[in-house]
Formats: sequence, structure tokens, C-alpha cells
Amino acid sequence: MNSSVITFPGSNCDRDMDVALKKFGFKNKMVWHDDLELPKSDLVVLPGGFSYGDYLRCGSMASKSKIMKSILNFAQGGGKVMGICNGFQILVESGLLPGVLLRNKYLEFICKNVFVKVNNKDNSFFKDVKKDIYEFHIAHNEGNYFCSNNQIKEINDNNQIALFYSDENGNVNKKSNPNGSLQNIAGIYNKQKNVLGMMPHPERMIDPALSGEDGSIFFENLINNLK
Amino acid sequence: MIVNEQLAIDHGLKKDEYEKICELLKRVPNITELGIFSAMWNEHCSYKSSRFHLKNLPTKGKNVIQGPGENAGVIDIGDDDAIVFKIESHNHPSFIEPYQGAATGVGGIMRDVFTMGARPIANLNSIHFGSSQHKKTKNLLRGVVHGIGGYGNCMGVPTIAGQTSFDKSYNGNILVNAMTLGLVKKNKIFYSKAAGLGKPVIYVGSKTGRDGIHGASMASASFDDKIEEKKPTVQVGDPFTEKLLLEACLELMAGDSIIAIQDMGAAGLTSSSIEMASKGNLGIEINLNKVPCREANMTPYEIMLSESQERMLIVLEKGKEEMAQKIFDKWNLDFAVIGKTTKSKKIELYFDEEKVADIPVNTLVENSPMYDRKWKKAKLPKKIKIKKEEFKTLKVVNVLHKILSNPNVCSKEWIWQQYDHTVMGDTIQKPGGDAGVVRVHGTNKAVAASVDSSAVYCWAHPLSGGKQIVCESWRNLISVGAKPIAITNCLNFGSPENEENMGEFVECVQGLGEASSYLDFPVVSGNVSFYNQTKDIGIKPTPAIGGVGLIKDYKNMVTMDLKETDNILLVIGKTEGHLDQSLFARDILNEKNGPPPEINLFNEKNNGETILKLIDKKLIKAAHDVSLGGIITALSKMCIKGKKGVTLKKPNYLINKFEYLFGEDQGRYIIEISKDDLENVTKILQENSVHFDELGTTNENDLIIDNKTKVSIDDLIKSHTTWLTNYMSN
Repeated sequence: MNSSVITFPGSNCDRDMDVALKKFGFKNKMVWHDDLELPKSDLVVLPGGFSYGDYLRCGSMASKSKIMKSILNFAQGGGKVMGICNGFQILVESGLLPGVLLRNKYLEFICKNVFVKVNNKDNSFFKDVKKDIYEFHIAHNEGNYFCSNNQIKEINDNNQIALFYSDENGNVNKKSNPNGSLQNIAGIYNKQKNVLGMMPHPERMIDPALSGEDGSIFFENLINNLK
Repeated sequence: MIVNEQLAIDHGLKKDEYEKICELLKRVPNITELGIFSAMWNEHCSYKSSRFHLKNLPTKGKNVIQGPGENAGVIDIGDDDAIVFKIESHNHPSFIEPYQGAATGVGGIMRDVFTMGARPIANLNSIHFGSSQHKKTKNLLRGVVHGIGGYGNCMGVPTIAGQTSFDKSYNGNILVNAMTLGLVKKNKIFYSKAAGLGKPVIYVGSKTGRDGIHGASMASASFDDKIEEKKPTVQVGDPFTEKLLLEACLELMAGDSIIAIQDMGAAGLTSSSIEMASKGNLGIEINLNKVPCREANMTPYEIMLSESQERMLIVLEKGKEEMAQKIFDKWNLDFAVIGKTTKSKKIELYFDEEKVADIPVNTLVENSPMYDRKWKKAKLPKKIKIKKEEFKTLKVVNVLHKILSNPNVCSKEWIWQQYDHTVMGDTIQKPGGDAGVVRVHGTNKAVAASVDSSAVYCWAHPLSGGKQIVCESWRNLISVGAKPIAITNCLNFGSPENEENMGEFVECVQGLGEASSYLDFPVVSGNVSFYNQTKDIGIKPTPAIGGVGLIKDYKNMVTMDLKETDNILLVIGKTEGHLDQSLFARDILNEKNGPPPEINLFNEKNNGETILKLIDKKLIKAAHDVSLGGIITALSKMCIKGKKGVTLKKPNYLINKFEYLFGEDQGRYIIEISKDDLENVTKILQENSVHFDELGTTNENDLIIDNKTKVSIDDLIKSHTTWLTNYMSN
């Protein structure tokens, strides 16, 4: 399986993602934001970080990068694209995913483990996944998902919510919402379910010595589904 | 502008210093030259009051690759790997503008580390605020935490440990000390010593603006009522540009075109160019018209004294300019050849084709003033005889809850949750433990780091306090299973012109030196921050020690959380019940006098090394050092982290229970071992002549102090975790 991780100026989880993808069997290539062509890929990942310092709306500058054109084409042709954290913000800004990511409700950066519940498994990212509830790590300042009433209706009608913030038993409620996200949304798909954006960082949970191993389950499942 | 004595005094120079400048130059300096002298000769850059005493610190050891004098210290961690690290203060700017002050403190220290070729792998910080009741404290705390997070998070470097304290002596002068560790291959370390003649001097990074002009001089003066007016001297940070600068520098460093490199920190272009010239024993010529400027019409004086952030100066091999420029173009950073090395041994500046400064380098460095300031020796205070009747009205449980929710003991999760502590995917011990631990990427090794200070002990008796912090740093590293290697120090004191403050400095440094020499725990880098005072009142002396240790196999790392029920807990080291200067005496009995606990360096070393032996043999399940708040506080934290209880044993010698539980005797650890290993552990401890007592046994849910006194772990958690969150949300 070939994957590509895009490095934007200010990306800082690009190496971590490279390490994770390789650990679970991907042949990964790092791709520079200024390149025009994507290498042959079964999966394209937009990693976390602070592209362009996030000085404007998070992800908005990066969404205009040269490489984004070929990523849009790739996604439109059904290619699998995944955006984590800042990558999610870039996907939203590029129009590949609906909605926006606002500042966290309490206006503070949050770095901690949270539980997320998988909502829709009918796609290559989560199909046949062994677990419904994952412990993932979040680290962001702008993860408060928001969209219009029409958009959220459409998202629900199309079953586009990928992950909810929940407690360890899978209860989705106000208490288990770390950042004020609409309907506890932690990740969403596009309509065709070939583009996934999520705030949590599975790449930080791939080793028992780190925060946990639920990321390993995610990546193992992902490569099997893409085969 | 006419330069005279008054103008020199306005620049923070003393009358005799100005006279010395005229004598060295054999003429009156022009305004640019005066600015350069004032920047190089201020306390912050010249160490003029501290050099005399710092030279006595032990700085060598078998693992030391580079001691003080470079951008940061470097230690050998085996297999061609080295760790570059340093701590630095950013106190004055953080009080004036907490967000930018703290942010640029973090940015500055990271630059010091990657200037040497190392990729930063961990950040730490030691931050000290005024009383929680003081009207400025909350905003300062919030601003500093946001600033540290804002910069470190954007850089993608995990913040793995820290220390936060509150004390009214910081009401008008908070402390913000930032520390960074970087990883480098031993044969790829870069230094600031220029070499070769006619080599191009390159400016890279951000443009130069009017921010931070005279920042270093501001940091060398005390605060008064007009402090708000100093806001323009605070620099503004741009972590995004620094991230680009980091990647671009490391890319250039992969080749062999760099002769010397130096970041533009305090005193900007002035100190960076002069330091490179001085170390290389040559001259540098700069055309200031070539310096990329953010604003129009900047004068040579402003360009030389600006402290705009995210800039570097490089002496490059000739002919490599084009290749280097390509790298910086790729990262969208300014790149300009601004001058060359010369044999003149002078710093020569040109602007609009006119020579605007011409100063022999040695006058700025070797001939800078050095003072052996007057200082007063501190007497060891007499021991307080606390009347035992005072204890009678106290209940252990109530005191314990009070101590666990004390601002200086309570959980700092509200703070470290705002720092990305897991980016880079190698953080194996997060904040909240004895030390933060990160793996050396792609290997089985791990590096532990901790930052500590004990201002109360240092204030009560500087010599003992100085020893104590080095020992505490050592214990924190031992507690996670790391072999302590070296330290960096950030010496925060009041005015060196005040004999008592100077005495505190001299004796803390002496204590620090004694302990680090005995423990073979040398000082490889550091920073002195004087004039931490408002009007005439200095802060409590607050040397902060950043310790670094190595864990050969990260799987052997130890944490403090209790692991299983029915295990045995031992206290390593003797409990005598020293209460003077303890949190119990100060906050519960309101007794602020008396000597701090005594330090026995032999026991420190022996106890620590024996614990490492036990860890090596995999006999320790959990470990934690005993510090502020004594045995019961340390134990409660182990219970809270592991969500397990403990049934305490009655001490087997006669001692008052408050002294036993809350005394702050040094050199102690609590360890958890399995019952089956008790015999083996006892044997090893006895063979090594280590004193130990059996403390109790782990249980499911409660801390059982005696048959009448019991607290649930949930209650301990509540006391420990609520204070700071409530304080910040009100």
C-alpha cells in the first residue's frame, strides 16, 4: 500500500504520521506542499501542526497550496484522503468536507486522552473495526466543530459523522465533549465516505509505552481495508 | 546625538564604566557604539557580578562534551548520540507582557539548542507567581501558560515537565524559566567560533524590526512604578517562522558548509556577531544596509540593538552561498550576505557607505567589567522548638487535605493540559510525574529531565538551599530510573548591588557547586537573572535546576503510581521529623523561621545509587521522592496516580506523628515492592548501608493512617485536583 503525507510549512505531526504508517506496512512518501503532482498513492494524509502558523483561520492558507489541486482531483476520483487535526482543518477549508472548526469552547489548548465512539463503519476507514470505542489523544486549540442547520441535517441524513466524543462506555453527552463540538463531532466524512477528517491523533497511540495502543488497531484495520 | 556621561547612564552604564569605554577606545564613542557597549556590558550579557563566583562551579565530567560558554551544554548519551540542553530566564518581559514574554522565552531557548545542530525533543519550564490572592497573579499565570503553550505547541516540541509555585515575594516580579533538550549526533555539533578570513557572514530568519530594542538592558534593571512604559522593550514571538528556521537550519546543517552559527538572542545582532568574532579571535565587518529590515528608516543603532526574534547569524564556507540560499528560499526565509570575517579583530559597521562603528572585539568581551561585589554571609537560623501542644488541636486528615490543595502542592493539570506533551510520539512519561521522559527516537534509550527549585529553603539558608535543589533534581531523575548526568541552572536573584541578595547568590552557588561536585552531576550550561525585585525588595532567592539523566532501556522506566494491592512500601532514607521550613510549619503552624532540612551528601549519593541498583534488578514497582509536604504528601500522590490505597504501619521508633508524616528530611524515597522481593531488597539495602523503614502495605481504596484515621482515594483526588481549576475559572 502506498501512502503520501503532505508537509506544509508549519506541519509538525508529519514525521509522527510517517512513523505510524510505516510501522503498519504502508510504503510512505513525504510530499512537499509546493509540488504539483501526487505520487501514486492509495492513501493521502494531511498531518497535524500549525500550517502557516494558523495565523489566519486554521488551515485556510494551506488549503490554497499547489499540491491541493491534485489532492482535490484525487479525492474526486474516489482516492482515500485523511486529515488529522490541522489536516482536518485544511480539508474543511478546501471544501472537501463541510463545516468549520472554531476555537475550543473554553478558549484553551487541550492536550489529553479522550474516548471516541465510531458512528459509521460503512467505509474503508473503519470497516470491520474490532472496537466501537477508542481511546485517542487530542491536542488542539481549534477543534470545536460547527456548521449550519442545513449542513448538519445533510451530514446526519447521509450518515457522514465518523466519530463522536464519548465517555469510556460510549455515552455521547455534554460531559464527554472536550471542546464544545456540535453534536460531539470528533470526525466526519464527505458524502462519498472516501475523505475523513478527525481531530484526534491515532498516530500518537501506536505503542504501549506511549499514551495507549488504540491507534495501532486503527492503522492495522485501515491497511487491511485498503488492500 | 552627542554622547556624554548622562547618555551613558541613561543606557544603564555606570559612570566609571563609561570612563573605561572612553579609555579603551581612546575617544568618545558615537551613539551606535555606546549602544553596543551598553548591550554587551549589561548584567544579562556580561555576567559582570556573577562571573567571579560562577567560575567555581564544577563543569567537567566524563559525559560532558561541552560545558558553559556555548549556546548550550552538551552531554554524551552513548552510541554517537548527544543531548544539548539549557535553561534560561525570561522574567522581566513576562511580567510586563506575560504572553509574549513567556512565548519568546521558549522560542529563545529552543534557538539556543538548534543553533548547535540539535533537534529540540523536549521543553520544560519553571514558573513562579505572586500570592494567589494578589490581583495580578491570575492574569499573569494565564498569560504565561498561554504563551508557553502557544510557542511550544506550534513548534511541535513536547512540553514534558515543569514546576509552578506561588509566593508573595514574586508579587511584583514573576519568574519564567524555560528549558529545552535537543538531540544531535556527536559528530554534527555546531559551535559559534568563527574561523577563516574573508568568509561570508550570513543573516537568516525573520526581518529586523524595532521590537525589543534594549531588552537585555531592561532585564538588567529593577522594576519601578513605571514598568508598564517598558512594554515596547518586549519582543514579539513568531513560532511559525521559528519552525521554518529550525527546519531550514537543520537542512543546511546536514551538509558541511557552516563554519559557525549563533542565534540572535539577547542584544541581537550585536552579541551574536561579537561572540563569533571573539571566540574565533578575528574581526567582523558588516554592511548594515544589507540587513533585512521590517521597517523603513531604521538607524544603525536600532538595527544593532533590535531583539527581533527568529534570526540567526552564520559564518559560511565561501562559495556555498547559493546552495544555502536555496534552502532558505524553500522555507520562505530571508537570507542575506551582510558581511565578512576580517583579520582586524574589530567589529566594523558600515551604513550608507559610512563607517558607523569601529570597536576592538576584546574591549567588549575580555575587557568587560567584572565585579567582586560585597556580600553578606547568612547565619544558619536557630532551630525552632515547636511546642507539641500546638499539634493537639490538629487532625492529620484535615492537615493532609489542606496540604494537598495548597497551591504549591496541588495538581497542575490545568497548566500542562494546555501544553502539547505527546507530539513527536516519544513521550513515555508525561507531566505530573517526578521527571518527564522521552525516548531517543528509534532507539531503546530514553532521556529523563526535571526542573526544580526550593526558594523557601534557599531563603532560610542559601548554602543548604543551594545543595538541596541539586539533590532534589538528582532524586527526581533517580525516581524514574534514570542515571543523573548533568544539570543546567537558572539563577534568579535580587540585586547584586544589595549585600544580602548578593550573599544569597554567592552561597546558593557555593551550595550548588558542592552538591553537584559530590554527586558528579556537573553544570554544563546556565543563565543568571539578577535584579528580580520591585523597588528595593528582592524575590526569594530562586535558583532553578534542570537535571538530565539517561535510561538505557526505556522499558525499565519507573513511575510513581502504585501498581498492585498487597505490595510493601518502604521509605528509603532516615526520617528524623524535620519540620522547620516545611510546608506544615509554614502553612499550618504559620511558623516561618528556623533552618531548612540538612543535606547529607553521602546519604544522597548512596541512597540514590542503591535505588538505581534495585531498579536495574527490576525489584521496584513504583518510586517517588519525598519532598514538599513529607511522607504523607508523597504517598498520597502515589495513591492518587495509581488509584490504590495504603495501610500505614506504626513507625518502629518513637516519633511524633506530625513530625513523622509531614517532616521534610532529605534524601528520602518511597518505593513499592512485591512481598516476595522483600528479603532480596532488604539484603541489598543492608549491604549498601542504606537506612530504610517499612511504611505500609498497598490496599484497594483507602489511605489508612491508623485505626482511627482513614481517607478514601477519591477524597484525596478531590483535594489534589480542584484548587487550580477552580481558581482559574473564577
